[in-house]
Amino acid sequence: MTWSEMQPLLTQGTYDTLYMVLWSTLVTVLGGLPIGILLVLTDKGGLLQNQPLNKVLGVIVNIGRSLPFIILLIFLIPVTTAVVGTFIGPTAMIVPLAIGAIPFFARLVETAVREVDHGLIEAVESMGGGIPTLVGKVLLPQALPSLVAGVTTTVITLVGYSAMAGAVGGEGLGSKAITYGFQRFETGFMVATVVVLIVLVTVVQLIGDGVVRLLARRGRTA
Amino acid sequence: MITTSGLTKVYQSRGREVTALDGVDLHVREGEVYGVIGQSGAGKSSLIRCVNLLERPTTGTVHVDGVDLTALAGRGRRAGKELREARSRIGMVFQHFNLLSSRTVQANVELPLEILGVSGRERSRKALELLDLVGLADKAKAYPTQLSGGQKQRVGIARALAGDPKVLLSDEATSALDPETTRSILKLLRDLNEQLGLTVLLITHEMDVVKTVCDSAALMKKGRIVESGTVAELLATPGSELAGELFPVTGAASGPDRTVVDVTFHGEAAAQPVISQLSRTYNIDISILGAAMDTVAGRLIGRMRIELPGRYEDNVVPVGFLREQGLQVDVVDEADGIDNELAELTELAKDGAK
Repeated sequence: MTWSEMQPLLTQGTYDTLYMVLWSTLVTVLGGLPIGILLVLTDKGGLLQNQPLNKVLGVIVNIGRSLPFIILLIFLIPVTTAVVGTFIGPTAMIVPLAIGAIPFFARLVETAVREVDHGLIEAVESMGGGIPTLVGKVLLPQALPSLVAGVTTTVITLVGYSAMAGAVGGEGLGSKAITYGFQRFETGFMVATVVVLIVLVTVVQLIGDGVVRLLARRGRTA
Repeated sequence: MITTSGLTKVYQSRGREVTALDGVDLHVREGEVYGVIGQSGAGKSSLIRCVNLLERPTTGTVHVDGVDLTALAGRGRRAGKELREARSRIGMVFQHFNLLSSRTVQANVELPLEILGVSGRERSRKALELLDLVGLADKAKAYPTQLSGGQKQRVGIARALAGDPKVLLSDEATSALDPETTRSILKLLRDLNEQLGLTVLLITHEMDVVKTVCDSAALMKKGRIVESGTVAELLATPGSELAGELFPVTGAASGPDRTVVDVTFHGEAAAQPVISQLSRTYNIDISILGAAMDTVAGRLIGRMRIELPGRYEDNVVPVGFLREQGLQVDVVDEADGIDNELAELTELAKDGAK
């Protein structure tokens, strides 16, 4: 396989991977953020203390996290078909990718939000602030650096998941690596996809770290 | 302004009950600075948190500015609208400042105004005015991490004042600060109390804080208030532990045939030079063994331990003179007197032996 043969495959693969990862990240953040916050607020001593709800959420999150992604992928085929109309292609992959990452991201959100100093919660309560104020003006802004770090980790995990999705009808770099690199024994192409994935992950990590540092410099941490 | 009655707080901890507050009746008058002092674990922290219902008392009631806050409390941990409105009129400052590191100093002070729904321009005006009041106008755009401890507490105070509260609760506000900064923060609290007519309830474990700013004080032990009153009332209470701590006097008689008395100035007697009057009137020499005095609003408050020549029987008239001046006079340690007599007897016996 020559470079001129590889290049369009790599470009298309990278494009599909980015497409799946970015959309599923968006859905994951929208879904995981409220769950993570609820896990903290409904916990013992929380402002919305509700042990049964907390336990149920916790169990759901744990089940989601303990299933191997490849199993979840197959398991979710009916759901994906119901939502998107097909279970093949990059758009269809957004469903299992997001569902697989939401519990993971929710736990990261929970940890980040829990780290917010309890004194700040008390301060905003003493001012007469309610739950929306607490979440919107205290918990989220204060936890923002950790949340951004969590998003970075999630994006990288999703890059890995998306490569697996290639095995079950997805598109992207993973699918290309399996089809060309593995099934046609094109070792050169396999190496090339791995290099692209490494670059992708490194760039995501660098951007994430940069944003966290930027937030920290504004005096957010400590 | 603040009244708690029969306040109890019992925590459940692994099936065991821990009583943090055991029937606390507190009464803070409008416009005064009231200090609650006690060791850690005495329940003072629970007390101040019960005043704005950050902690829900197990039994008892809390009235702030005529409103029964305990009646506004819902059942759960979450505060209802009425309680939140009431809280917005009670300022609170904290030992560890509790400023949002994600916001500038000005934005921190604006937070309570955002909660109250004040418009952007008005928020900014009010915040800058408050920062000016606490002497931090030039730090509006700084972040809390760039400030010293004392400056952070000034921001905390400005923030607590944003809702124009009548009452300020101070939870160990100076305990994380060095002595000099503590003095400047206490002076600020005093100034605010005088300028704005703010009622201040503060809790502390430092007697100096009570001494410096408080009009009234209460001593807490094991969830109970064991002594309370204005500083003058405490001084007038024989055997008051708080008065003893606030105005400690020591010193023993320099020899036999001396009378040692503690003279307590409640502030009722005008600041007259009573000691020199006593000396001139009765032509006696007076030694001052120790004194802890303060002048508050032109009145002397405190205690002085003085020594008069001769036994107590010889000093009935001078002591009467002091009492006439409106001073409280207590003879120190009659046991010492007996010891002195014993000493005299032994000396007599020795003389006889010669």
